[in-house]
Amino acid sequence: MNTIQLIINGLGTGAFYASIAVGFSLVWGVLNVINMVHGSLVVLGAFLGFFFWKITGLNPVFSVPFVAVSTFLIGATLQSVFINKVVSAPVLTTLTLTFGLDLILYNVMTVYFTASIRRVTTSYGNIDLGSAVVPIDRLYVAIFALLITGILYLVLRMTSIGRAIVAVRMDKTAAALMGIWVKSVYAITFGIGAMMAGVAGAVSTLIYPVTTGLSGAFLLKAFIVCVIGGLGSIPGALFGGLLLGVIESFAGYAIGPQNSLTLALAIMLFVLLVKPTGLMGVKGFD
Amino acid sequence: MKFRSLAILILWALALLSVSLLQNNYAMRTATMIAMFSTLAYSWNFIGGLAGYPSFSTAAFFGLGCYVGALGQVHGLSIPSAWFLAVIVVGAFSAAIGGILLRLRGHYFAVGSIAIVELCRLLITSIPGLTGGGSGLNVPLVRWSPDAVGLLFLVVMVTLFIMVGLVTQVVQRSRLGFGLRCINQNEDAAEMVGINTTAYKIVAYVLSAIFCGAVGAAYASWTGYIDPNEAFNSLMSIKVPVMALLGGAGTLLGPAVGSVIFILLEEVAWSNFLEWNHAIVGLVVVVLVFCLPNGLLRLNFSNILTLKPARRIWERV
Repeated sequence: MNTIQLIINGLGTGAFYASIAVGFSLVWGVLNVINMVHGSLVVLGAFLGFFFWKITGLNPVFSVPFVAVSTFLIGATLQSVFINKVVSAPVLTTLTLTFGLDLILYNVMTVYFTASIRRVTTSYGNIDLGSAVVPIDRLYVAIFALLITGILYLVLRMTSIGRAIVAVRMDKTAAALMGIWVKSVYAITFGIGAMMAGVAGAVSTLIYPVTTGLSGAFLLKAFIVCVIGGLGSIPGALFGGLLLGVIESFAGYAIGPQNSLTLALAIMLFVLLVKPTGLMGVKGFD
Repeated sequence: MKFRSLAILILWALALLSVSLLQNNYAMRTATMIAMFSTLAYSWNFIGGLAGYPSFSTAAFFGLGCYVGALGQVHGLSIPSAWFLAVIVVGAFSAAIGGILLRLRGHYFAVGSIAIVELCRLLITSIPGLTGGGSGLNVPLVRWSPDAVGLLFLVVMVTLFIMVGLVTQVVQRSRLGFGLRCINQNEDAAEMVGINTTAYKIVAYVLSAIFCGAVGAAYASWTGYIDPNEAFNSLMSIKVPVMALLGGAGTLLGPAVGSVIFILLEEVAWSNFLEWNHAIVGLVVVVLVFCLPNGLLRLNFSNILTLKPARRIWERV
C-alpha cells in the first residue's frame, strides 16, 4: 500500500469536495435553506466549462470568469424570485421547493445537452515524486479549488458585503436593525453559493466526465462534507472536504471504491448523532 | 364530522375497487398506483403531517420492504408470510433508526433521513450474493391469469389503503395523535407538560414505516422485478410528502386527495411530455409551495375571491 499516494489522491479530491461544499454550507448557514439545486448547479458549471473548451480549445479554467458571472446571476435570480418567498418556512417547505427547482433544472439540462457523457481531453502528464505520482490535471483542480475557497474566505472576512453576510448569519434581526438589507444579502449569498458550485463544476471537467447523472453524487458530497466539517464556517468545510477525500481514498483502497461512499455516509450519520454541529462547527448555527 | 371523513374514505376505496369493472388494464394499473401512493402518503402523514418532522426516508422503508418481501419469496416463503416478514423487519429497522435520528431536529433530521435512503441503497447494492446487487432481483410471479393478478394487487393495495386510513383515524382521535400535534407545535412545551416525546415520535416513525414496508413488499410481488435504484429512489421520498402536502398534511382526507391529483397529473405528463416528466413534477412542487402552502383541503375560498394572499401555516405560530 502506497500511503503517500493515497494521501495525495485523497487531498486532491478532498480539495474539490471542499470547493463544492463551501457554497452549500454558506447558503445553509446564512439562509437556513438546504439547497438541493447545488448538485445541478455544479453540473451546469461543468457544461459551461465543457462548451467553452469545445469552442475555444482553451483549458476550461479560463472559462471561470464567464461561468462565475452567469451562475451568480442564475443563483441570485433563483433566490429572489422563488426561494425568498419561503425563506422563513420550515425545512420541509424549503427543501421540497429547492428539490422541485432541481428537478426542473436537471430536466432542462438533460433535454438540451442530452444524457450522453462528454469528456474534456487533456494531456498534461504527471509529476513523478519518486514514491508517488501526481497527475497535473488533478493538481490543477486541487489548486484551483483551494484558491476559490480561500478567496471566498477572504471576501467574507475583509469586504463589507462579506461582513454583512456574516452578520446576517449570526442574527438577521439585529443585522436588519443595523441597516443591512437582509433581502439583498440573501440574494447575494445564494448567488455566491451558485457561483462556487458553477466554478467548481467548470474546473471539474478536467478530471470528471460531464453529465447530468453526476448531479446527485455532487450534492451528496456537499451534504457529507457539510455535516462532517460543521456548518457555518469555511475552515470547517475545507477540513470536512479534505477529510472526506482522504477517507474515501483509503476506504476505496481497503474495501473497494463502491463501498467507500457507504462508509462516508455511515461516518456522516455518526457525526450527526454525536456532534450535530460538525467536527469543527460553531455553536449557534444549527 | 370525523365519521363523515371516514365514510368518504371508504366510499373512495370502493370506487377505486370498482375500476376493475371497466375491464381496462391501464385504468386498473392507475387505480392500483393511486391506492399504493395514497397508502404511502398516509404513512408519511404520521411523522411528517402530525408530528411535523420533515422525514424524507419513505423510499428507505419502501425499498427495504421490497427487498425483504422479495427475498422471503425467493427463499420459499408464501406471499402473505413474506409480506408479514417485510412489515416486521421494516418496523424493527425504523424503530432502531428512529431512536437515533429522532434526536435530531429540523434540517439535521431532514439530512439524516435522506442519508438513510442512500445508505440503504448502497448497502443493498454492495451485497450482490444475497440481493443480486445492481442487476436486481427477480421475484416469483403469481401464477394466475394476468387479469386475476391485476385484480389481486388492486385489492391488496386498496386494503392497505383502508387499513392505513383506519389507523390514521384511530391515531388522530387518540392520546397519541394529540401528543403528536403538541410536538408539532412546540416540542419543548410538549415535553414540559409530560408528553414522552421520544416514545411518541418513535411510534409515529414506526407507524409511518410499516405501511411503506407492506406496500413495498406487495409492489415487489406485483412487478416481479426490483433493483436498488428503483426501490430506493429518492424521488419517491420527495413525491410522497408532496402528495400529502398537496392535499393538506395532518388532515384526514388530504393525503388521499393529494395522491389522486398527483398520480393523474403524472400520468398525463408521462403520456404527453415523456421528456419533460421530471420538470413537470418540479413545476407541481413549485406551484404547490407558492399557491397551496396549506394544501387543497385547507384552502380558504373566501380568500381566493377577495384575492387575499393565503396565510401560510407556519405563520400561525
